[in-house]
Amino acid sequence: MNYTFKWSVLWTGESGQWLLSGLIVTLELSALAWLLAVALGIVSGALRTVKFRPLRALATFYVEFFRNVPLLVWMFFWYFAVPPILPGMIREWMLGHGLEFWAGVLALGVYSGARFSEVLRSGIQSIPKTQMEAAVASGLTTFQAYRYVILPVALRIIIPPGTSESLNLLKNSSLALTISVAELTFQTRQIETYTAKAIEALTAGTIIYLALCVGIASLMSWVERRTAIPGLITAGSRRRR
Amino acid sequence: MTSDFEIIWRNLPFLMIQGFLGFGTFVGGTLRLAIPAIILGFLLGIFIGLGRLAPQRWIRFPATLYVEFFRGVPLVMVIFWMWIVVPIVLKRAIPEFWVALTAFVIFEAAYLGEIVRAGVQSVARGQVEAATAVGLTSTQTMRHVVLPQALKNMIPSLVTQFIVLFKDTSLASIIGFMDLTKAAQVVNNREVRPFALYLFIAVVYWICTYSMSRYARHVERRLSPA
Repeated sequence: MNYTFKWSVLWTGESGQWLLSGLIVTLELSALAWLLAVALGIVSGALRTVKFRPLRALATFYVEFFRNVPLLVWMFFWYFAVPPILPGMIREWMLGHGLEFWAGVLALGVYSGARFSEVLRSGIQSIPKTQMEAAVASGLTTFQAYRYVILPVALRIIIPPGTSESLNLLKNSSLALTISVAELTFQTRQIETYTAKAIEALTAGTIIYLALCVGIASLMSWVERRTAIPGLITAGSRRRR
Repeated sequence: MTSDFEIIWRNLPFLMIQGFLGFGTFVGGTLRLAIPAIILGFLLGIFIGLGRLAPQRWIRFPATLYVEFFRGVPLVMVIFWMWIVVPIVLKRAIPEFWVALTAFVIFEAAYLGEIVRAGVQSVARGQVEAATAVGLTSTQTMRHVVLPQALKNMIPSLVTQFIVLFKDTSLASIIGFMDLTKAAQVVNNREVRPFALYLFIAVVYWICTYSMSRYARHVERRLSPA
């Protein structure tokens, strides 16, 4: 191997700027997709535990279909297949407002929502049935019981698996490069193309991802300790079967 | 205007035989990549998982580092490392199939290693003590007593991870490997029917992964103590 390292390519020229803007896009994309995923996950995860059959079937279909198909296929689907069938006005707006970014948010959010849903469902199911019965017996409606009794406990139980799903979401956001969203991996490749310094560019990208993942993981383990429910066996031990 | 159905029907041999199975003029095939990736990834995963449990620090530390590293980076990054950097180091081009296979095996072994570790830890301590008491060496204990039981406990999580790996093989299309996803892209470039084509391959992927997850649930139910 006669490769001459030139680490300075990372801070000379536009590389630093590209990396920074890539990092920002990755964070924006992940944050928006995360909000969508959490909303979809909570709604469908809760619906999968209700008694009314059609709602349960709908939620089951969503979860089983979306999480079992590769994210890459969903990226192409939301980017290439959905816009042409939208009404003209919405399409025009999307084309003018970064179509690929919003397609990426939808693909990542809807896909991850199905995965969050499973996490939440197992969280809800780990709460003893008597809690629900007690809530209803004390006069709460089903909705109130979920809102005030079941969900607050379930959300704390699922912090560890929820964290690892969130990190998956962050890492999966790199797939948006296939629909030309200028996120971190995309910018890494751009630096490599412009400077022909592949090892340096990929090292920079890899280190940024590692730092993000390690940082979030340690932050969440702190949150987990802070919000631990007294008297409950540590939720952390249920992370893996 | 031909219907979506006709378009799919006309391109079905290319999508399924070339893209899904991997027989044809191009190097490709989702199954052709997924099957060796699952087998080799699992074998490497066993070593990584056992390495994390080794009493010797010099084995345990690199294994832990390996797992933490690969679980902290996106698979796409690993694929690009293999695709761009390895040819620089070896000074020759590597075929896409080998790039993709190596990247998947290395990456998934980190996740599979964690499952193996959890499985081994779930085997009761008394089993190891009993095996040692009847005179088995530690390798024999692992091989004949611990691993067979651990494997049984691991099956549900293993199948879940195999499903993830199966879906991940679609990323090989990024470096030009002609798998099902790439085949759909190629057909779409000619026919311009994104909705029908991407929905079709979504259903093909779904049939494979969903049947795998049903099977996992079935095994889980059969093995769990009533």
